[in-house]
Amino acid sequence: MELYRLTIHEAHELLMKREISCEELTRALFDRIRIVDYAIRAYITLDEDGALQKSRVLDERGDFTHPLAGIPAAVKDNICTKGLKTTCASKILENFIPPYDATISARLKSRDAVIMGKTNMDEFAMGSSTENSAFFATRNPWDTGRVPGGSSGGSAAAVAADECIYAIGSDTGGSIRQPAGYCGVVGMKPTYGRVSRFGLVAYASSLDQIGPITKDVTDCAIVLNAIAGHDRMDSTSADMPVPDYTLSLKPDVSGMKIGIPREYLGEGIDGEVRHAVLNAAKTFENMGACCEEISLPHTEYALWAYYIIAPAEASSNLARYDGIRYGVRAKDYSDLIDLYKRTRSEGFGAEVKRRIMLGTYALSSGYYDAYYLKAQKVRTLVKKDFDRVFEKYDFILAPIAPTAAFRIGENTDDPLKMYMNDVCTIPVNMAGLPGISIPCGFSGGMPVGLQIIGRPFDETTILQAAYAFEQATEYHLKKPCIEAGGHAAFSRDNRCKHSSDFTEREIGVDLGAPQDECVKRRNVPNGKGVKA
Amino acid sequence: MNFETVIGLEVHVELFTKSKVFCGCSTEFGGEPNTHCCPVCLGMPGVLPVTNKKAVEYAIKAGLALNCEIASYSKFDRKNYFYPDLPKAYQISQYDLPIAKNGYIEIEAGGKTRRIGITRVHLEEDAGKLIHEEGKSNSLVDLNRTGVPLIEIVSEPDIRSPEEAWLYLNKLKSILQYIEVSDCKMEEGSLRCDVNISIRPEGSDIFGTKVEIKNLGSFKAVRRSLEYEERRQREVIEDGGELVQETRRWDETKGITISMRSKEQAHDYRYFPDPDLMPMVLDRDWVCEIKANLPELPDARKERYVKEFGLPAYDAGVLTSSKALSNFYEECISHYHDPKAVSNWVMVEMMGLMNEKGLEVEQIKLKPQQLAEMLRIMDKGVISGKIAKEVFRDMFETGKDPEVIVKEKGLVQISDENELEKIAQKVIDQNPKSVQDYKNGKEKALGFLVGQMMKETRGKANPQMVNEILKKMLG
Repeated sequence: MELYRLTIHEAHELLMKREISCEELTRALFDRIRIVDYAIRAYITLDEDGALQKSRVLDERGDFTHPLAGIPAAVKDNICTKGLKTTCASKILENFIPPYDATISARLKSRDAVIMGKTNMDEFAMGSSTENSAFFATRNPWDTGRVPGGSSGGSAAAVAADECIYAIGSDTGGSIRQPAGYCGVVGMKPTYGRVSRFGLVAYASSLDQIGPITKDVTDCAIVLNAIAGHDRMDSTSADMPVPDYTLSLKPDVSGMKIGIPREYLGEGIDGEVRHAVLNAAKTFENMGACCEEISLPHTEYALWAYYIIAPAEASSNLARYDGIRYGVRAKDYSDLIDLYKRTRSEGFGAEVKRRIMLGTYALSSGYYDAYYLKAQKVRTLVKKDFDRVFEKYDFILAPIAPTAAFRIGENTDDPLKMYMNDVCTIPVNMAGLPGISIPCGFSGGMPVGLQIIGRPFDETTILQAAYAFEQATEYHLKKPCIEAGGHAAFSRDNRCKHSSDFTEREIGVDLGAPQDECVKRRNVPNGKGVKA
Repeated sequence: MNFETVIGLEVHVELFTKSKVFCGCSTEFGGEPNTHCCPVCLGMPGVLPVTNKKAVEYAIKAGLALNCEIASYSKFDRKNYFYPDLPKAYQISQYDLPIAKNGYIEIEAGGKTRRIGITRVHLEEDAGKLIHEEGKSNSLVDLNRTGVPLIEIVSEPDIRSPEEAWLYLNKLKSILQYIEVSDCKMEEGSLRCDVNISIRPEGSDIFGTKVEIKNLGSFKAVRRSLEYEERRQREVIEDGGELVQETRRWDETKGITISMRSKEQAHDYRYFPDPDLMPMVLDRDWVCEIKANLPELPDARKERYVKEFGLPAYDAGVLTSSKALSNFYEECISHYHDPKAVSNWVMVEMMGLMNEKGLEVEQIKLKPQQLAEMLRIMDKGVISGKIAKEVFRDMFETGKDPEVIVKEKGLVQISDENELEKIAQKVIDQNPKSVQDYKNGKEKALGFLVGQMMKETRGKANPQMVNEILKKMLG
């Protein structure tokens, strides 16, 4: 049995029945990492000794009642783990070992989760491809020539490549959902305030939210159960009751009203992506839901407003990395100002510097009203768009990103093009809503993610919808094949050779050529699989 | 040309809550460097602030005591700047929606009541302290103070002289001590003051170019620096020069202000609402409750002293200027109900000794009951008024009870008629000339004889009886 393949609920059952031990499971995952991670590079830090030691303690105690007990997990490297290096994939925190646990780390530990290590990401969560890591780029398990998405690319790739049973990510403008979509796994950004941010190294405080990246929707509900809830250490966390999300796992959407925003399927959206989303809508209709086209008119402004608000907050949040108290300090400096300048010039990567400059500018006296204040007003309008839609509709269906995963290096020279990649996910952060990404098809052999957006604090409905879709389809059962040569083999043109790694299944919807004419080639990196 | 001085004050006061404003660390003064710290106040990656409700309550309390309107909606903003004593590189402060605004303080200046406007009272966190060791190229930082709650009290530019600024500060300190939100100790840094000063031709309603003065370590420094700056500015203008808007540093030893930075070099703090803290809706019932529980303030207490105790306004003003002093006074009259007598002793003897020794009321050994007891012994005739002063000094210095001092030093007043008559006879025998003078009608001579009797008894003779006995014996 390939233990690393297990989902949380499968592993939990085996642990409960004592058919496997936690140590076996943990070892299987570290063995898997040894085999595939040189090709994927999902982890920045591994804690094999700590994880194995914990697994032995748990085996000895033998209590695996909690669904997460004894289940090995990966945590994004911007979430503080006491005694375990937390770098944010930045040189400036290369040596930072937190003296405290993030609330979520503490919650996972108190549920006897086995934390295997810390995953790669775009530096300080700024990016959409994990190429902005100061250390190395993570590869997409479906095609190692492509990005896993970002910023939680390490977490998503680790789940997709079976290098952990589940992972924790953070999502500021799509950083959980987009990589989950690119890697063909499930990723949820809960409502802003649902999960404590205490110990999550802040990028944009009013947008950041922690969430699970899992192999299926059931696992997503299980993890959310463990991490959701009020935290007195986070004033922005909501003091609201947390439902048992596993109770929402009913394959039933009959009578539900679904909105499909036209702004998310127009120009710039890859034909196959659009096709997969519309196909998903059909699947929902077949299950008794009712889909209608809706409009979220301020969508196009959300992206630009985001690139004011997020950098503005970031410019302030990242000011503390000054080389004085912790982290890396430049070696030679002449005085205090020089120490600041050199430390920050050497410590931060280009994208982080770009956003700090953008944000500093936007907050400068004389520009505040024109930029920051205006952007906040746009944010209100974006939120109102959603409020209006949710008066009538139970949830919204949309793509996760305009295209499937792009090639490594493809967008690195063009920040604006890279920013455009977040166009489908950013409005959800701006409005503070919950959103989930689930696999819904393929484009050029790469997974396509379906985004389900719900009302504030109504994770239940989107989990239910996601579960229903998952039950009706088999995309989530598809696995990439990671070849010994270091590139993933599965695509429609290049079928995986290892049958043990991939069993082709009949999938419910036609993956043929897109029907629409308006495919934009610039968004289809290699044109593979798209006949435009 | 005659000039009018325009002064505005920014006062920072540390609130004495138990814990810091955004974390659970102790606010206690002192302590080994960096021992009252946690990841939150150290600005570790990922930490978040949580507002201390008590700090908000104290800020509201201060706002109410300063006659301010209390905001129903208030928020925290980030003030961004780099400095090693500021771990997050931003200070959580309040920009456009302070907790309290539009208040005032009344001061008595030149026999008139002057009302000084309070623009705003806002809540913020304190920074740490840099320690520069002489001869070393690096500095050390102590972050114990980081995150201690501060209120900033900004006055309107209503102050017209250094004297008024001094009165304003004393009144402000007194009010804040009355409501028990701060100990306002400038020497421990729990009260700090920056001033803005400009001058303009008398009668003008346009403000002159203002100068901010920093590094003021005492109320006296505030006054002296303002007096210096007032003079400097007038001289610049009279010499045909032009003033520049700038920040100047007070040099206490030289007694001058020195330019620190001009307006062009001023920081752009890039204020924006702190996304980590939810805006505060200050519940009206809560504010009313705080208001209802405000203690008696100095002005009200002063009025009461005049009305209830019949004290002169001046005495009442002095006694109520500090809560500790006023409390001492009140406790004393609760044991000995002669407000005027107690007031005299407190204002003359006690405050005189306090001045002499440089002590605050909180530091003296003397207890109010002891003063009351001493006055009672005096009334009973056990000691004379003159002896009482000696006893008082002793009580003040040692904290011993008056009876003990009287006994130890043998200060009991001689009121025994026979004994006094014997002494009187001795004095009469020794001073025949004075006796003759008195008999010739020189009243003054009696005084001399009384004095001689007091000398003979080392002041212990009952002065009233001495008078009577001498008169009787001299027939």
